[in-house]
Amino acid sequence: MRELFRMFLAFARIGAFTFGGGYAMLPMLEREVVERYGWATESEIMDYFAVGQCTPGVIAVNVATFIGYKRRGIPGAIFTTLGVITPSIIIITVIAALISGFIGNEYVAHALAGIRAVVCALILNAVIKFWKSGVKDWIGILIFAAALALSVLTSISPIIIVVGAALIGVALTLARGRGKGGAENG
Amino acid sequence: MVEYLLTLLMLMWEFFKAGLFAIGGGLATIPFIYDIAARYSWLDAAIVPDMIAIGESTPGPIGVNIATYAGYNAAGIPGAVAATLALVFPSMVVIILVSKVLKKFAENRFVDGVFYTIRPAVTAMIAAAGWTVLSTSVVDLSAVSAGWSFDSFLAMFHPVALVLFAAAFAVSKIWKKLHPIVLIAAGAAVGIIFKM
Repeated sequence: MRELFRMFLAFARIGAFTFGGGYAMLPMLEREVVERYGWATESEIMDYFAVGQCTPGVIAVNVATFIGYKRRGIPGAIFTTLGVITPSIIIITVIAALISGFIGNEYVAHALAGIRAVVCALILNAVIKFWKSGVKDWIGILIFAAALALSVLTSISPIIIVVGAALIGVALTLARGRGKGGAENG
Repeated sequence: MVEYLLTLLMLMWEFFKAGLFAIGGGLATIPFIYDIAARYSWLDAAIVPDMIAIGESTPGPIGVNIATYAGYNAAGIPGAVAATLALVFPSMVVIILVSKVLKKFAENRFVDGVFYTIRPAVTAMIAAAGWTVLSTSVVDLSAVSAGWSFDSFLAMFHPVALVLFAAAFAVSKIWKKLHPIVLIAAGAAVGIIFKM
């Protein structure tokens, strides 16, 4: 029980002191998990990040679950995950409550309008980063174009787009496997 | 009361789905938030850009911050907790399952194949969400709804917002290590000074 509590606190510190999530949490994670407690090695953490990016959900949460589960099974996974999200819940709730109190304020409205223009630039950066790491060839470009058209022009659920793209991936893998198998047989 | 509990339940169901299908972390949640806002009255699409700004400039994972903010706006503190827990629940289950076969999972050709096609789709969905934010802040499409002309084309852009957008993008390209908080704070300052 004491170790579970310690895991909760370690991940709460990580959640409270990383801005931006994802790889931004790596230095804090190394300090708390690798150096301070020895719950995982550096190369294990890199593996967790790699898998965390290919599984659903928030990457930071995925890494927390991995380490908690490895150390203490399901209770460990629950405690580390709750640890990493607790600071967010508290901080964001306070901010949201403050903002809704100021929403009629003229200065807050001007500030938010300025922030929105900056957010566009931040999203554009994310799109460029995703494009560089994820769109490799003309199949990727076709899927990008189709998904973009569906998202902008229709109100189709993002779930359908993700599942559709996944099914195309499965079909391509099967087709490639068969092509390779056929070549080996012939 | 019944209506409130129903909102909480719908909130949990929607964020559970977002947690299950939003792959690639943080901003991959945004298309799901817009989708939820389009279908339910308890979430207002107009606050999504504020949500992103707050999610990026406060500690903690962006996806979690966004879920908490959306949940709070929909149903107060219980909503914030419910949306966040619902968002992380599916990824916890998936990770616990994957932990048992970590090495095999990373080397599986189907996992590879699925990510080869999902990544471009996720990129496109984030780009579409970016367009939605752009069309409510920098560009005003209603200016050209009556027909395209040189004047209506010019009227389509909010000049201060356009300059701010371009400047923020350029600065973030030149100083790659610059934290988004600095840009967001600068955006707020420009917004107040120019009464945007």
